[in-house]
Amino acid sequence: MIEVKELTKRYGRRYAIDGLSFSIQRGEVLGFLGPNGAGKSTTMKILSGFIYPSTGTAKIDGFDVREDALAAKALIGYLPEQPPVYMQMTVTDYIDFAAGLRHVPSQARKEAIQYALKRCGLLDVQSRIIGNLSKGYRQRVGLAQAIVHNPPVLILDEPTVGLDPKQIIEIRDLIRELGQDHTIILSTHILSEVQVLCSRVIVIDSGKIRAQDTISGLAAKLKNRRQVRVIVRVTGSAGSNDDSFRDSIGVLQGVDLVERQESDEMLPKDLLTEANIQLWHVESSKEKDMRSEIAKSSIASGFELLELRELEMSLEDAFVKLIDQDEASEVSHA
Amino acid sequence: MLDALWIARREFRSYFASPIAYIVIAVFLFLIGYMFFNLLGYFQGQVQSFMRMSQGPKPTVTNLIVSPLFGNINVVLLFIIPFITMRLFAEERKEHTAELLLTAPVSPLQIVVGKFLAAYALVSLMILGTTACSLTLIFASNVDKGVLLGCYVGILLVAAAYIAIGLFWSACTENQIVAAAATFGSLLFLWLVAWGAHHAGYFWKEVLEQASIIVHFNSFARGIIDTNDVIYYLVLVGLGVFGAYTTFDANQWGNS
Ligand SMILES: Nc1ncnc2c1ncn2[C@@H]1O[C@H](COP(=O)(O)OP(=O)(O)OP(=O)(O)O)[C@@H](O)[C@H]1O
Ligand SMILES: [Mg+2]
Repeated sequence: MIEVKELTKRYGRRYAIDGLSFSIQRGEVLGFLGPNGAGKSTTMKILSGFIYPSTGTAKIDGFDVREDALAAKALIGYLPEQPPVYMQMTVTDYIDFAAGLRHVPSQARKEAIQYALKRCGLLDVQSRIIGNLSKGYRQRVGLAQAIVHNPPVLILDEPTVGLDPKQIIEIRDLIRELGQDHTIILSTHILSEVQVLCSRVIVIDSGKIRAQDTISGLAAKLKNRRQVRVIVRVTGSAGSNDDSFRDSIGVLQGVDLVERQESDEMLPKDLLTEANIQLWHVESSKEKDMRSEIAKSSIASGFELLELRELEMSLEDAFVKLIDQDEASEVSHA
Repeated sequence: MLDALWIARREFRSYFASPIAYIVIAVFLFLIGYMFFNLLGYFQGQVQSFMRMSQGPKPTVTNLIVSPLFGNINVVLLFIIPFITMRLFAEERKEHTAELLLTAPVSPLQIVVGKFLAAYALVSLMILGTTACSLTLIFASNVDKGVLLGCYVGILLVAAAYIAIGLFWSACTENQIVAAAATFGSLLFLWLVAWGAHHAGYFWKEVLEQASIIVHFNSFARGIIDTNDVIYYLVLVGLGVFGAYTTFDANQWGNS
């Protein structure tokens, strides 16, 4: 349904997106995930035909967004980052205008407007001036505008931003419902949103695709590491060298990373003030539980072992790590 | 062309959602009304002195009222139209509604034409207000109706050209003040360009006079509808609309 090849968008000498390729099947709900400035909105603006790519192609159901712009645009509903509303119009007038722009035939228009208003929970405010509505309601008006002509493809740029928790749940329900008979591409910063809404996710950062997988696949990939938190007291026999713990644990088979942490919120207060307390994070691969070996090894090296705990890595942590890692590897390649 | 009309309809209504349409129409009609009454008074004075002295050309309504009145309408439009056109695209950019228009299956040319039509409808409405003066003349005097008709055709063409130029500038910048100033500057230049003709060589004299908005208006004010003049204004309209279209489409707002 959507086919993107080597898509690049340059602003001056900077690349907002750089060689994106992906495709979306009919009926899929795809999540676009990435930090600020990753290029999510840029990609969506290109797909919607609002801006042209610098190089590369994007096709909606076979229609190139540049060459067959009108045919491609006829297939989409688009909610931009800022809802594109006319502040002085009433909600109904505005949705009517949007429906006319999308060539909803005039016999069907009234029904289409009612449908969109109802689905976005706007019936109560339908005759109000949009400029007088709250931000969340304007966001809903923006969403109603995108679905009023019942397009096969929906492009939603951060659809739940600015909504209160109750509205977020309602809008997510709406998107899930729409997802049953629409192809949807949505962007977000919120991992859990992707988890509940999307069948597949593309992680994008600095204009490049970092990962592209189903939610469960991504979660597995992200969580294929174990992290152990260790608190030790350095005693005379352990050697005063700061790195002696790293040296003794780092040699263990299966340990990938030994990292000194300053302190964290879980560290007991009384330990914080003690000078020879050290907090370490030890990372290893998923397969092997390293805890007993770490314990043995640290005691053998003369440390007093105060705590040893496996950390549950949240999807969020894992996601941040994924992006950090990729950035680091990029630097080393450069 | 239906898309253009649909866009024009919204745009036209939005003029009335803010004070701008009311202010512009009120200012215009007040100025024209004031000028009209002064011209009437001036004409009466001229007729009386002609009756006393019986010399010189006989003062006519057509020469002493209609021609100067439409000359004045032209001047007032020159000042007012930049304020009508400056918001056309600038506001869509500021409010992010450009994304609604440009992602709908509507060609950018339709959008530009729609904007043009909306502004033109507003200005036509203003000009329609001046028929109060014209009807007064028609009923109360033996005014030359051909000249009057020529004046209306002329002023409608001039207004279209002004609007097209304003449309172009509003597509070029998102700053309304800049758009208005650039429009006013270009229009004023097209007025004054014939001044250069006085001390120009034969070829340039011809070129400068042909470029002047005011030279082409003169024959309409005498009741002559010359295809040459009509074409001049239509070319300006075409250039303005096309210029707005290419700026708007090539830029693709936010692409720059
Ligand atoms: N009009 C523009 N001119 C110059 N640079 C731009 C322009 N629009 C976007 N960029 C740059 O392109 C990059 C990608 O921006 P984009 O808006 O696509 O990010 P995003 O992933 O949507 O971020 P966010 O999560 O903050 O919405 C950013 O570095 C941004 O500064
Ligand atoms: Mg964005």
